[in-house]
Amino acid sequence: MGHENEIAIAAAGLAKRFGEVTAVASVTFDVREGELFGFLGPNGAGKTTTINMLTGLARLDTGTIRIAGIDCSRDPKAAQHLMGVVPDESNLYPELSGFENLCFCGALYGMRRRERETRARELLESFGLSEAADRKFAGYSKGMKRKLTIAAGIIHRPPILFLDEPTTGIDVASARQIRQLIADLNAAGTTILLTTHYIEEAERLCWRIAFIVEGRIIRTDSVADLMRETQGRHVVEFGVSSDANALCAVIRETFPALECGMVTSTALRVESHEPVRIGPLVRLIEDHGEEVSEARKIRPSLEDVFVHVTGIEARLMKQEREKMGKGGGA
Amino acid sequence: MKHWIAFWSILAKDMRSYYLKPPNISWGLVFPLAWTAMFFIKSGSGLESIQTVLPGVMAVSVLFGTTSMLAVTVTFEKKGRSFERLLLAPIPLELLMLAKTAGAILFGMANAFVPVLMAAFIVDLSNVNWLALLPAVFLIAVSSTFLGLFVAVSVSEVFEAQTFSNFFRFPMIFLCGLFFPIEKLPIFLRPLSYVLPLTYGADMLHGAIRGAATMPYALSLAALAAFCAALFAISLRNIRRRWIA
Repeated sequence: MGHENEIAIAAAGLAKRFGEVTAVASVTFDVREGELFGFLGPNGAGKTTTINMLTGLARLDTGTIRIAGIDCSRDPKAAQHLMGVVPDESNLYPELSGFENLCFCGALYGMRRRERETRARELLESFGLSEAADRKFAGYSKGMKRKLTIAAGIIHRPPILFLDEPTTGIDVASARQIRQLIADLNAAGTTILLTTHYIEEAERLCWRIAFIVEGRIIRTDSVADLMRETQGRHVVEFGVSSDANALCAVIRETFPALECGMVTSTALRVESHEPVRIGPLVRLIEDHGEEVSEARKIRPSLEDVFVHVTGIEARLMKQEREKMGKGGGA
Repeated sequence: MKHWIAFWSILAKDMRSYYLKPPNISWGLVFPLAWTAMFFIKSGSGLESIQTVLPGVMAVSVLFGTTSMLAVTVTFEKKGRSFERLLLAPIPLELLMLAKTAGAILFGMANAFVPVLMAAFIVDLSNVNWLALLPAVFLIAVSSTFLGLFVAVSVSEVFEAQTFSNFFRFPMIFLCGLFFPIEKLPIFLRPLSYVLPLTYGADMLHGAIRGAATMPYALSLAALAAFCAALFAISLRNIRRRWIA
């Protein structure tokens, strides 16, 4: 790898179809050396397919890929020695112990026996898995499996790490530990490309974020610049007894300056560039025979930017989060 | 050097995880014994026919030992996604698949010598042409293993691997001259025999053990080598097309 701010990953015009389905329509982005770059989008947006193309697990239909300056478009194996890959599902060998799995993964990258054993012990220690080192991987909890899979991805000290949905489906405590591990790896100089559909995770960890929807990158920017867009926005969320959608229509009609959207069937969100006055809104809702269970001011977040930029409703992302598992959310 | 570290590690892991497990070792012993017993019972002949049966038993032991294990283990690893780890490793696909198949080849060769060892206690094997037998066993093991690889790459479920393997294996027992001479097959089936690799391997074994080869060794070796190269090349192409899609 070269100097700071050099491009570690350069993807240009990546496209991939599976039969009639377009998985990735057009993806172009650069990740700078040492950066933690986030790929944020809902399920099916093309995040995993993009990672597969970058790492050599899928062929490109069109486009070019350069990893640390090496053209991998035609020869995906050319830069695999520089990459660590942590897939969206733990894929180590169930019949091997944690220690054996790490040693085997080290051997795949040509590490000699003593070197890989020392490194495996070091990783087991730093990931808090020393006590489970001799247990079979099949018997690990989900959180332990994810941690060991990350350890396997970095056993050969790769300068570039691909992390695909690292905290999906695991408990809150493990997700927190993994986020800290990711931050530590990045602080130690590893370039990381992280895909996630947890907006808070991307906001907390990433330097820059690309929003990807239906196989296209809609926007790439630093978290700070994205958040700047929320400045001056005022948001209030209301809990109502029922039919939030119908109430939104009423609010929009009565107060044309306000933007109103349904969060769930019993929650709606009102936004404005001016401070939102809660009293008149509560009275309006109650006049329509609904009860207000809650009204709270919300600090605008990256989620609001995402919704604004992509047009994807926040509730869709929330539903996905609930479907994927309760724990991993930030 | 780094590639060879990966090669040996893959081979060692597969040997330990799959091939050296007690059920497989015992299966390697039971299978040839069962086949031998079946033919003695069927033919009603005595121990003097052991040398007639031995080439067929050896070939069947190799065929079933290699195809069963490889087709299942590769399909199993593909389904569990651990095979992706191998595809992500910075080693050429050709070397990776040779490492992945080397365990099955060794297992198949070991299976072939179980009936030889058993026979050595009963009959005189001093007339065996070992210079012909050893390459024959090796090439039968390689071609059968690559046939297993071809099957593994063509299916996505473990049960499909078994079913698809049997589609090739059982006809080969009867069509390749293992226990019945090809000349005794119906005339319309004979051409089929010559497009199956085991025909050439079995013929070499018959020649090496009891001097009853019907084709020159050089032709059989060349045919087996060609089958090995073709099956390996087709399997690699299928991996690139289907698994690195």
